Formats: sequence, C-alpha cells, structure tokens
Amino acid sequence: MSIIKLTDRIKVMERKPMTLMERLYFPAILKGMGITIRHFFTKKATIQYPEEKRPMSEVFRGLHVLKRDDHGAERCTACGLCALACPAEAITMTAAERNPEEKHLYREEKYAAVYEINMLRCIFCGLCEEACPKAAIFLQNDKMALASYDREDFIFGKDRLVEPFLNSKS
Amino acid sequence: MGMSIVVFKIIYIAIIFGLSLFIAMYSTYAERKVAAFLQDRLGPNRAGPFGILQPLADGLKLFFKEEFIPAKSDKMLFLMGPGFFMITALMTSAVIPFGSEITLDGVSYSLQGTDLNVGLLYIFGVVSLGVYGILIGGWASNNKFSLLGAIRAASQNISYELAMGLSIIALVMMSSSLSLKSIVDQQAGWHWNVFYQPLGFIIFIICAFAETNRAPFDLPECETELVGGYHTEFSSMKLGFYLFAEYINMFISSAILATLYFGGYHFPWVSDMDSGWLKTLMEAVVLFGKIFFFIFLFMWIRWTLPRFRFDQLMNLGWKVLIPLAIVNILLTGLFILLK
Repeated sequence: MSIIKLTDRIKVMERKPMTLMERLYFPAILKGMGITIRHFFTKKATIQYPEEKRPMSEVFRGLHVLKRDDHGAERCTACGLCALACPAEAITMTAAERNPEEKHLYREEKYAAVYEINMLRCIFCGLCEEACPKAAIFLQNDKMALASYDREDFIFGKDRLVEPFLNSKS
Repeated sequence: MGMSIVVFKIIYIAIIFGLSLFIAMYSTYAERKVAAFLQDRLGPNRAGPFGILQPLADGLKLFFKEEFIPAKSDKMLFLMGPGFFMITALMTSAVIPFGSEITLDGVSYSLQGTDLNVGLLYIFGVVSLGVYGILIGGWASNNKFSLLGAIRAASQNISYELAMGLSIIALVMMSSSLSLKSIVDQQAGWHWNVFYQPLGFIIFIICAFAETNRAPFDLPECETELVGGYHTEFSSMKLGFYLFAEYINMFISSAILATLYFGGYHFPWVSDMDSGWLKTLMEAVVLFGKIFFFIFLFMWIRWTLPRFRFDQLMNLGWKVLIPLAIVNILLTGLFILLK
C-alpha cells in the first residue's frame, strides 16, 4: 500500500543512536541558553494596558453613539429606519414633535423622545449605521459596550447614547 | 582587643545575615524579572518603580494568608521543618570569605565569619543537614504526596552530594587545604581553579543545581505528579520560608562556586591594588559580581532547560557524575605526580 502524500514537507524521523556530541548534551544546552539569552534582549511585546491601549481595528464596531450636528443639535429625526434595519430588533424609539423653543436642541421638526438600544439583543452588526439617512447613529471603534451585573443596565437610553454636548464646537 | 574582635564579628555576622536575606529577597524579584525577560514579557512592574517593592508585597501576602496545620500532622515537626531548612541555608555563609581584611584602629579583621581550617567540610556538613528540613516537613505533613516529594528530595540530595564531594576532592588535592580562605588566596591573579579543574567545575555546578533543588533538577516540587511536593501542606509564611530558603541556598551556592572555582574575591587588577579600604571594598564588589552572575546563571538555566525525569536524574548522578568525578580525581593525581 502506498502512502498518499499531501505535501512534500514530510520529515521522516530517524531513530539512530545519538552521537557522542549529542550524548554529552552540553552543545545542546549551550545552544538553548543562547536562544533564551537572545530573548532576554529582544523588545517586549507587552502593552501596559490601563495606561497604554492597543488601537482597535478600523472596522471594529463597538458602542453606539447618537451624533449631534455642527450646531450641537441632535441629528436623529426618529424615522425608525435603524429599528427597521436592525436584525436583532434591539432598537426601539418614540417620536415627538419639536417645540419652537427647542429649535437649538433638535435639527428637524421630529425628534426621538425615547431612543433605546437593548445591548443584550444588539449584535453590533452595524446595519443601523448603514440604514441611517441622517448620519445620526454610529458604532464607535474605540469603545466597547460596558459590562454590568444587572439586566436593566443593558438598556441604553438617550442619556447614554447621545454624544455629550461639546461647548467648544461652534 | 579580644573584645573588639567579638564586637566586629557580631556586627559582621549581622551584616552578612541581613545581606543574605536581602539578596534572597531580591532574588525572588530577579527571578520573576529574568523569567519574564527570557519569555518576552516585562514581569512585575506595578509595585514601586520597576516593581522593586514586589518582594515586600509578596512577603506581606504570605504573612496574611491563612495559617493551616493538618489535623493529623506531627505539629512539632511540622513547625520545625521550615525553620530548620532556613537555619541550615543561612549557616553556610559563616565560612565564606567576602574580602581579605579591613583595618580599624590598627587592628586588622578578616572579612570572614570564621576561618575554619575545615571550612569545606563544614559547608558539606551543613548542606547535607539541609535535607532534614525538607524531609521533616514532608514527613510531618502526614500526606503521602508530601512524603514522596520529601523522599525524592532526600535521595536526590544524597546522590548528588556524593558526586559533589568527589569533585571537591580533586580540588582539595590541588590546593592541599580545606580552608576556604587559603583556597581563595591560591587563586590570586588568573590562577582560578576553573582553568585547572574544568571537569570538576562542571560536575560541581551540576551538583549545585541538584542540591539547591533548582531546575532542571527541581524534582522535590513537581506540581504534575506530587501536587506541590514536600511543601504541599504548608501555607502562609511556612511555605514562604521553604521558598525563601531555596533562594538563600542559591545565593550561598553561588558564593561557594565563586569562591572555590572563580577566584573568590580575587580579580587580576583588584589583587594588585594597595591594601586598604578601597581594596577591601573592591574585593567585595568583585565577589558579589561573580555571585550575581551565578545567580543569574541559575535563573537562566531554569528558564532554558525542562525538568528531568526522576530516573534520568538518578542515572545522571550515579552512572555519569560519580564515575566522571572519580576519573577527575585520578587525572588530577596523575598531574600532581608528573609535575
């Protein structure tokens, strides 16, 4: 019966008695010590985590954020396309009409009074981001969704999703 | 004058005692650092700058751990074991010369606990007592794994002590003295024993590794087969004593290696200096440099070689090292005859 070879990289083990040099072990020990001492001086791959963070991949999809526009008004108009696109049905929202005095808070007449993402359902697929016509929702690539011990903590409302208002922005 | 020598010796012994403990303490830190560096890691670096407070943190942790004594153990012996191991580890430093001598108020004191004329025998005596600490601890635990570990330690230590003793005989034949001081003084300049006794040195260093229970001969503590080995039942600082004594042993063996084979405190241009404070200081520095190199070597080997199997260890001890040591004695005798 012939042996079927998948690659030509097979190494045939030779079981011959060791030569005197091999039986002395010292050359092998010294060689091994040479290898370890080389590693002593190599640059370490360690990242000092809390102080130093490894940058996430460009395409990593992490925690959601609801963006504001250049004037600080919320972009979301509660059109519901994100909720529709969501395969996990994690997004729920309630729309409301803007009052005239709230003009600086919301960009258009309609806005999301309640916007909730259930992080226990969310699969971080990013389809909400793709579906949004107003560029309001994004999945940040530098933030993970937080861990918690309570189920209630995983329902992220607007208080935790909307980008904080930055005064420095004009 | 008699009084001043007593005072000097007391101070000197206190210093050496403290120094041994301090070096052993920082050897644990160095071990972790060296292990990390050899494995492309950084090692402890959170406690203090570069993690230099790590040994204190480790010690504190050991002190606060639960003190546990097995109900069916021999309590007296159980408590004695770690202490005994520690005492025997510390006793050896008494005969190691850490420098030639210093002069205070016209009186010169030698930097050696005591210059026993049988210093080498004293070291062997104390080192062979060291195994009692392990054996007592393993026996008193009333745990069959501990006992097996202890028996392994005992058989290993006895086997390698034979080869070690035989390798030393060749050295004694060359120096015709058992006093460590005179052995060191014969090595002034480049007349280090390692050049005259390379085979003896290799046998000795292998035995030193086995005697200190360091890898690749760390069979008494074998997590895979024996849970923890002889110290399975020991907790908190009693375990700490066992682990700590191992590092003291390592320091002392390094000192003995440097003393017997690497010229002790002699280094060519240091031995030619004018005697005085500076010379003594330099001698101590040279000796400690050699000691630190050997401590590093111990760690380097530990993180390079895998552990031996027990039958391989016994084969190496009885069938290779002892015959080699005897051959070494014969060769040395031949050279002395022909010279």
